[in-house]
Amino acid sequence: MRRTRLCRCTSGNLSLILPSICPIQKLGHLLFEMSMQIVNADIVIVGAGGAGLRAAIAAAEKNPDLNIALISKVYPMRSHTVAAEGGSAGVVQSHDSLEHHFQDTVAGGDWLCDQDTVDYFVSHSTEEMVRLENWGCPWNRKDDGTVNVRAFGGMKIERTWFAADKSGFHMLHTLYQTSIKYPQIKRFDEYFATDLIVEDGRAQGVVAIEIATGEPKTFLGRSVVFATGGSGRTFRFNTNGAIVTGDGHAMAFRAGAALRDMEFVQYHPTGLPGSGVLMTEGCRGEGGILLNKDGYRYLQDYGLGPETPVGEPKNKYMELGPRDRLSQAFWHEQRKGRTIETPLGDAVHLDLRHLGKEKLMERLPLICSLAKNYLGVDPVTDPVPVRPAVHYTMGGIRANIDGSTGIPGLYVAGECASNGMHGANRLGSNSLAETVVFGKVAGESAVDFASQATQSDEKLLTEQARSHLARIEAMRNANGSEKASHIRHEMVKTMEKTLGIYRIGEEMQQGVDKLAELRERLKNIKVEDKTRVFNTELLLAFELESSLTVAEAMAVGALNRKESRGAHQRLDGFEERDDENFLKHTLTYFNGDAAPRIEYEDVNITRYQPAVRAYGAAGEAEK
Amino acid sequence: MSEKTIKLEILRYNPEVDQEPNFGTFEIPYNEAWSLLDALEYIKDELDSSLTYRWSCRMAVCGSCGMVVNGRPQLGCETFLRDSYPNTIRVEPLANFPIEKDLVVDASTFIEKLEAVKPYIIDAVDAMEAEPARKIIPTTKTSLGTFKQTPKEMGLFKQFSMCINCMLCYSACPQMGLNPMFTGPAALAIGHRYNLDSRDHGTDQRTEVIQDKNGVWSCTFVGYCSEVCPKNVDPAAAINQNKAQGAQDWALSFLMPRKGEK
Repeated sequence: MRRTRLCRCTSGNLSLILPSICPIQKLGHLLFEMSMQIVNADIVIVGAGGAGLRAAIAAAEKNPDLNIALISKVYPMRSHTVAAEGGSAGVVQSHDSLEHHFQDTVAGGDWLCDQDTVDYFVSHSTEEMVRLENWGCPWNRKDDGTVNVRAFGGMKIERTWFAADKSGFHMLHTLYQTSIKYPQIKRFDEYFATDLIVEDGRAQGVVAIEIATGEPKTFLGRSVVFATGGSGRTFRFNTNGAIVTGDGHAMAFRAGAALRDMEFVQYHPTGLPGSGVLMTEGCRGEGGILLNKDGYRYLQDYGLGPETPVGEPKNKYMELGPRDRLSQAFWHEQRKGRTIETPLGDAVHLDLRHLGKEKLMERLPLICSLAKNYLGVDPVTDPVPVRPAVHYTMGGIRANIDGSTGIPGLYVAGECASNGMHGANRLGSNSLAETVVFGKVAGESAVDFASQATQSDEKLLTEQARSHLARIEAMRNANGSEKASHIRHEMVKTMEKTLGIYRIGEEMQQGVDKLAELRERLKNIKVEDKTRVFNTELLLAFELESSLTVAEAMAVGALNRKESRGAHQRLDGFEERDDENFLKHTLTYFNGDAAPRIEYEDVNITRYQPAVRAYGAAGEAEK
Repeated sequence: MSEKTIKLEILRYNPEVDQEPNFGTFEIPYNEAWSLLDALEYIKDELDSSLTYRWSCRMAVCGSCGMVVNGRPQLGCETFLRDSYPNTIRVEPLANFPIEKDLVVDASTFIEKLEAVKPYIIDAVDAMEAEPARKIIPTTKTSLGTFKQTPKEMGLFKQFSMCINCMLCYSACPQMGLNPMFTGPAALAIGHRYNLDSRDHGTDQRTEVIQDKNGVWSCTFVGYCSEVCPKNVDPAAAINQNKAQGAQDWALSFLMPRKGEK
């Protein structure tokens, strides 16, 4: 089931490879014309990272009789959850409360969060952290054998569960390995989904390419879950893995679902120059400080002070401010000429030396080795140059608390979803927790939906699938004159230039125009590799198509949001938050070749009224 | 960009076109900051779009980009051009796996072996369900619901939980070439990781695979697996500890009807 192969070569020993090409493979195209391979399941889940695996396990536990097809374009442990470092939020300390976590999250999101969603989240995240522990996740411990938590940006009390600085890695491996216990979960590793099947107004499956053979397959189910991650690779300088290309966003979007609040793109303040490799916020949670070229802790000039003593981090002050504010402070320092020039671009210093080797090895071993390998800097003896890098997509496929979307039968969870969790700026360590809290919800909702839904006539479904399959063949046969890689290079540069930490209407318009041009040029690409087995050139073309679609929704959403809020900051007369006109979610809808259609919807504010968003001493005064 | 260049010899194989694998040579601009992955991306974007390899995180944690570089299994993202310059870099797919295309190998047997060791917590309830005759004292839980586990107890297995499944150790292992059925270093280390976890009661259920002739007893303790491991997991140590345990259990089996509970 995992790997049905038409043809395989024999052994790893080179001399043993049979010089034969399986005749069936030669007939691949013919076979495609004659028959269509269909995989029937009850629930189809796309994406096997934190959210997708949690959804699959939840579905299997809720109704063990259902068949779950778990499709992923990479093996589960390669999913980008693996790269999350700092930790996952869940209230545990007696002097903390769900209300504190709620308020931190809503204020952190500059009041663009749906407060009912945040309430659900904070009241369910701790139980998910406990569950992960029971499943084997090696959270750091105190000497008495209880779980330890660390401080994180924008969080009033320490509530971030962590496994050194490999929290996402351990969560992902724990979830993947635990999922093996459930025989109902049939994994389809390295299957690349290209289209959502919507029939009779309901999501009923996807079309995917089996990467190893290049064969298209149709997966049918009575409900579908997308847990396909973010879209940070639309930008040039980012912390994301190659796979974070917005595929699920684009599939849902094309099928009619709304993408919401896509203009809110998180710049993480501390990426390594050049590569963008992430230096976790946990560095600052443990007491790391940020210095400009004069060795000055510049954050005190940007509403985050007064300066706190080195080695005594104070929650919501200075380096423990939220990511949007810290990245914005970098931008200003750069303008003032106070950043440090490096061969790989301007940077500031992340100084961890005062933590000492022992603590660094216990709490932050991964970032120490990354800084050494990628920059030749040892954090034990030298400050690490860092600069903001695109990190997270706050927006996503519009969803309700139960994971449901505008397309009945389609549920979403994790970074691809916009259920109102993060508003205009996500707090660090809320997203790992989100993957499991809402992954579980989406899995259970999908079971409920599948239990009462009936599958449409299979003939209708396969007919629709056939049109999607034709699209795959058309892409493979694309014989134009454009190089897809060059269009990608232009896209990421455009996004960086026009949708940066600070934005200007005129530039954003240029970005929108350029993206429209690139989408047009994409129709004229050439896919040079026409073969079927592991054709990554073909997959890259589909990823680029998705990224461009998502990028356009980001740019159009940004251009039309004439205010500054959270991660969306403007310099062209809209420098202030405008609750009167823009305390609203942006909804974008796919509009064919034209730019996305825009609507707005109200934010669900239950009890925490919008107020001045302040940190440091100003934050205390505000209360 | 500097005018310096560097050469890469990459093993190419497309099963639909090629009779057998052959090296292809690419000359690319030399950039001191580039990893091997950056170089491969340059080739794919500019010179040959059919070049095929796996990669994602670029930070040595997703385990996708294992390849053999100048004869040694390494992660592409942690290999830098500057370490070879001005010499040519030779890049091959991981050994001991079938090649799917170019640098991509078929990982499915590895996944099967990994999943066969039952790499998950088998708690007291599950363990007693599997072996009703066995008396098991469940691990203590805190009021929050987490198992109690001290840093020292966690220290016993933590190292073996660091495996990123990159398969470098399978490529390094000489035994893997001789006996493709060998469960292999990473999977055995991960099984061992759960056996050592104070929350787990599933050692008995893993014994069949771990102590099998294709389990730890297939290892001849060359130790190259631990040498190439990018995460210092030291699978050779895990295997050796299991051999010692296995030998002890074997001896005890003559003296006692059931071997002693841990």
